[in-house]
Amino acid sequence: MTKSIVFRMDWLSLIIYLLLVIFGIINIYSTTLSEVTVSLFDMNSPAGKQFWIFIFSLIFLPIILFINSNFFEHLSLIFYILSILSLLGLFFFGQKISGATSWYFIGGFSIQPSEFAKITTSLLVASTLSSIQADIKKISFITKLLLIIGLPMILVIFQPDAGTALVFLGLFFVLLREGMDMKTLYFGMGFISLFILTLIFGPLILSIALFFILILVYRLILQYYPKTKKTPFVLLYGISVLFNISVNFIFNSVFEQRHRDRFNIMLGLENDSQGIGYNINQSKIAIGSGGFSGKGFLNGTQTKGGFVPEQHTDYIFSTVGEEWGFIGSSGLIILFTVLISRILYRAEKHTQSFPRMFSYCFASMLFVHFFVNVGMTLGLVPTVGIPLTFISYGGTNLMAFSLMLFIYLNLDANRLN
Amino acid sequence: MIRKIVLLAFTLVSCLLFIFQLMALQLFNSEYSERSLNNAIEKRPVYPTRGLIYDRNGTLWVANKPVYDLMIVPENLNSFDTLELTSGLNISKEELLNQIKDAKNFSKKLPSVILRQLSMAVAAKLQEKMWKFPGFYFQKKSTRDYLLPIGSNILGYTSETNRHEIKPSASKVLEVDNLKLLGVNYAVNDSEKSAREEKNLLSKKNNKSKDSFSPINEILENYDPGEMIGRQGIEKTYEKKLRGKKGIQFFQKDRFNRIIGPYDEGKFDIEPEAPENIILTIDAILQDYGESLMMNKRGGIVAIEPQSGEVLALVTAPSYDPNTLIGRDRSKYFNKLIKDTIAKPLFDRSLQAEYSPGSPFKTLNALIGLQEKVISPETVFTCDKGHYYGRGAFMGCHNPIGTKSDLIKGIYSSCNSYFAKTFVRIINSQSTPSEGVDLWKKHLEKFGLGDFLGYDLPIGKRGFIPDSNYYNNWYPRGSWGPNTLISNSIGQGEILTTPIQMANFTATIANRGFFKKPHFKKTINDSLYPKNQTLIDAKHFETVIEGMHQVVERGTARIAKIRGIDVCGKTGTVENFIRLNNEKTQLTDHSIFIAFAPKDNPKIAIAVFIENGYWGARWAAPIASLMIEKYLTGEVKRNWLENKMLKGSLMAEYEKPLLDKPFSIND
Repeated sequence: MTKSIVFRMDWLSLIIYLLLVIFGIINIYSTTLSEVTVSLFDMNSPAGKQFWIFIFSLIFLPIILFINSNFFEHLSLIFYILSILSLLGLFFFGQKISGATSWYFIGGFSIQPSEFAKITTSLLVASTLSSIQADIKKISFITKLLLIIGLPMILVIFQPDAGTALVFLGLFFVLLREGMDMKTLYFGMGFISLFILTLIFGPLILSIALFFILILVYRLILQYYPKTKKTPFVLLYGISVLFNISVNFIFNSVFEQRHRDRFNIMLGLENDSQGIGYNINQSKIAIGSGGFSGKGFLNGTQTKGGFVPEQHTDYIFSTVGEEWGFIGSSGLIILFTVLISRILYRAEKHTQSFPRMFSYCFASMLFVHFFVNVGMTLGLVPTVGIPLTFISYGGTNLMAFSLMLFIYLNLDANRLN
Repeated sequence: MIRKIVLLAFTLVSCLLFIFQLMALQLFNSEYSERSLNNAIEKRPVYPTRGLIYDRNGTLWVANKPVYDLMIVPENLNSFDTLELTSGLNISKEELLNQIKDAKNFSKKLPSVILRQLSMAVAAKLQEKMWKFPGFYFQKKSTRDYLLPIGSNILGYTSETNRHEIKPSASKVLEVDNLKLLGVNYAVNDSEKSAREEKNLLSKKNNKSKDSFSPINEILENYDPGEMIGRQGIEKTYEKKLRGKKGIQFFQKDRFNRIIGPYDEGKFDIEPEAPENIILTIDAILQDYGESLMMNKRGGIVAIEPQSGEVLALVTAPSYDPNTLIGRDRSKYFNKLIKDTIAKPLFDRSLQAEYSPGSPFKTLNALIGLQEKVISPETVFTCDKGHYYGRGAFMGCHNPIGTKSDLIKGIYSSCNSYFAKTFVRIINSQSTPSEGVDLWKKHLEKFGLGDFLGYDLPIGKRGFIPDSNYYNNWYPRGSWGPNTLISNSIGQGEILTTPIQMANFTATIANRGFFKKPHFKKTINDSLYPKNQTLIDAKHFETVIEGMHQVVERGTARIAKIRGIDVCGKTGTVENFIRLNNEKTQLTDHSIFIAFAPKDNPKIAIAVFIENGYWGARWAAPIASLMIEKYLTGEVKRNWLENKMLKGSLMAEYEKPLLDKPFSIND
C-alpha cells in the first residue's frame, strides 16, 4: 500500500455515480412536485427521502473503502445465507405493496431484501467462481452456480416480482465471461429471436421461411466446405419448427392475457393507447414532446399533469426525456454506458479473479436495469417493472447499488494487494 | 477473446439503439409534441364583460350583472337531500336526476351545467347550503342588466351565439399558433404560409384592415359557443366596441383532464381587451316619458336635436321591458313577443312602419312650390270645401266654401284645396308631368325621404316616393297627369314615410334647409355628420315655419301651445285601410303631428304617429307638445293634459276589427 486509497480509487465511476444520483433526485423532485411546494430536503417528499438515503449511503463509502478486501470474499457465504433467510422471512413478515410481498416495514422504513440479495448473490457467485475447485466445464459446478443464482430468483418470483428475478439472469453474462459454453449465448439469442419472430409472423409462415433460409445457407456453405453434412441443418430446422409451435402454444395457452398484451404492444401488433398501452403511449408522448433541448426543469407538461403512471419510479426516464430533451436523455444514456464500460474495463485489469468477477456481476446487473428500464420507457422492451438504478425513486435499490459500487471501488483500489 | 467483450458489446449496442429511438421520438417526429399539447394544455378564453351604455346625460342605462350556472362534477357527488335542492331551484326531482345522469354520461370528472343563468337571488339563497350538496357548485357568468326598463327598441338585446356563427376552423388555427407560442419547433408548411402572405397583401390592397393578417387576431375575434352576441339595436350595431376582445389563458391539465393550474405561470396568456363604453344621444328621461305617454296606444315618437342630428327619443308602442330578454326565462318571453302578430311588440314602428305622412307633408309641397316659383307666400286659393280635379273627382276639405287662403293660412288651416292646386302647379311647372314628378321627387330626396337614412341602428325601411317610371308602369300609355297623383299633395296616395323620416324632415325645416344624419351614439367627431343641404332657399323656410307657428297659435293644433315657448307644428289625420274578410275596410284615421321648438334656434324636432287616433290634434299633438315641454323645461305644468294622455287608451279602437262584427270609425 504505497499511496492512500483516495488516490488509487476509480474516481471516474464515483463521479458518474454522484452525477446520476443527483440528477435522479432532481427528476424525482420534478415528477412529484405538488402545489404545496415542499423543500427538497423534506423527508416526507419522495425527493427528500431519496436525498437522505443518498446521504446515508455515502456514510458507507469511507467505511467500505477502508475494509480489507478479503472480508467480502470470506464472508460472502454468510451474507448470502442471511439474505436468503430475509427473503424467506418475507413470506411470514412481509408487507404487500401493489401485489408483491417484497417489503419489510421497520421503524417507518420499507426495506426490500431482494435488492440486498443482488449484492450477496454477486459476492457468492464471484467467490465460488474464483475458488480453487472452480471448473465451469463440470456439470456439478455449473449446477452449483445455477443453484446459487436460482435460489434467490425463485424466492423473488414467488413474491411475485418478475422484474427483480430478471436482474439475477444478468449473472449469466458472468458465467459466459468465465468460460461457459458460448453456444449457450448463441442458442439463447437464437431462441429469443425465434420467439419474437413467431409472435410477429406466426408459426406457419416462419417455418416455411426458415426452410428456404436454411437451404440457402446450406448451399452457400457447401460452396466453400463441400463436405458439410445435411444432418445438423435438418436437426436445427426440426428444433426451430418445434420451438415455433411450442412458442405459439405457450403464448396463447400458458401466458396470461396481460403478458400477451405486453408483448403485443411492444411488437406493435396491437395499438391500444387507452388500455394496457396507455403507460407506454404516455411515456412516448412525454419523451417525444421534449424535443431537442427539452421543456426545462419543472416545465414538463406531461410530467406536471401526471399523465405517465409510476413516473417517479419505473418511468422516471420519461421525465428526463420531456424536461431535458434529447440532450439530457441521450446524455444520461451515455453516462450509463460509460459507467458500465468503465467497470468492465477495470474488471479486466484485475489479476485476481474474485474482484474481477464481482465487478462483472455488478456491471451485468447494472446493464439489466439500464437495458430493461430505458428500453421499456422508450417502447422497445415489454413492460417489466424494474427501476432505473441511481435515477428512479426507491431507497433500497439506491442503497444496495451504492454499496455494490463502493465494494467495487474498494476491490478496484486494492487490486495490487 | 470474444467472452471479454460480450457484455461490453451488448452495452454499446443498447446505447446506440436507445439513442436512435430517442432521435426518432424527439427529433424527427412532431406528432408527440402535438399530442402532448393537446392532452396537457387547455386553452380557455377570457371574456371581458360587455361595455356599458349611458344616456346623453351620463345616466348609466345598461350595465352587467352576475348570473350563476349550477355546475356538477359527478365524481364528487355524494348522497344529498334532493328535495332541499330542488325546492331552492324550482325544478322537479326527475328533471334534476335526468340532468345528473346526462352529466355522468358526459364525464365523471369534468364539470357539466345543471341549470343555466340562475339569478343572484336564487344562487345566494343556496350558496350557504352548498356544503350539503357535494359535487355541485356555482359558476359565475355575466349578463346584461338594464338599469332603466326602457328603450328596448334602441338597445336591442343579446343572446348566446348559435352554431353557424362559430367558425369551425378557429380551433385548428389556434393549435398551430400554440405550437409556435410554446416554442415548439413547428414548421408552417409552405402552402399555408403563402396563403397567409397572399391574404396579407390583399388586405393591404383593399385597405380594409390596417392590421396585418394575424391568425391569433382572427381567433380572438371569432365567437365561441355560449358567448353573448348583440342581436338587435345598439347591441348589434356596436357589437365590436361593446364586446371588446377576448383573451386566452393557458392551463396545465392532468391525466383526468382536470385543470391543475396556469400553464407556465401564465406567461403565454393573452390579456382580454376592455370594451368601449357607449354614450347614447338618447335622453333617458324623455325616452321614459315618451314610453309612458304611449301606453295603451300604438305608434311611434321620434325626437331629434335638429342642429346635430342626435336622436333624443325613439319610442315605439307597444314595446317590452328589456330585462325580460335576459336570464333563464328569455326564450319564454321572446316567444311571447314574436308570436304576438297583432300588436307586434318587436316591430319598431318608429323605424319600420311605413305610413302615409298626411298633412305634415303639405309643408314640403309648400316649400317645393315656393322654390319652383309656382306659388309665392301671397298666392291665394279659394277653397270650395274641397277641390274638384275632374269629373266626379273631388278631394274634400274641412274648410267652409269660399274660404280664401294665402300660404300661411293654407298651412295653419290645413287646406286640402290649397295644396292640391299647388301640387298641380308643381307637376305642371315642367314641360311634361313626368319631368314634374321627377323634379318633385328630387326635392323630396334631399329631405331624406324614400331612402334609409343611414342611422346607426340595424333596422329600417325606405318609405316610398314615386317617380315618373312608377306612373308610366301603371299607366303605360302616358295617360296620367297631375290629377292622377293628386292625393300626394296632402300626404296620402302613393308616398310612404317612416316616423324617423318625418322627424328628420321636421328637423330639416327647423334647420332652415339642412339635416344631419340622425344617429344614436354620441360623438365628438362632428365631421362624421356633414350637413345635407336641400335644394330650397332658406327664405322660403321662414314662410312655411311661420305657417307652422300659426298652426299652434291659431290653427288646428292650438292644444299644442306651450306657455313661453314658440312651437311650430303641423297636424295630420290619415285615412287608412286594411283588408278584413277580403274587403277593403277603412279604420279610424291615424293621428299625426310634427313639431319643433323653439321657433328660433330649435332644440327639438319631433314626429308623433298614433295609429287610429283620429284627429292629429286629439292624440299626436298633445303628446308631441308634452314631450317638447318635458325636454325644454324639464317639467310639465299642464297636468290635466298629461294625465289625459297618460291614461288615455286606444285599445278598444284596436280591438274593433278583431271582434268580427260591424263597427263605426272616427268617433
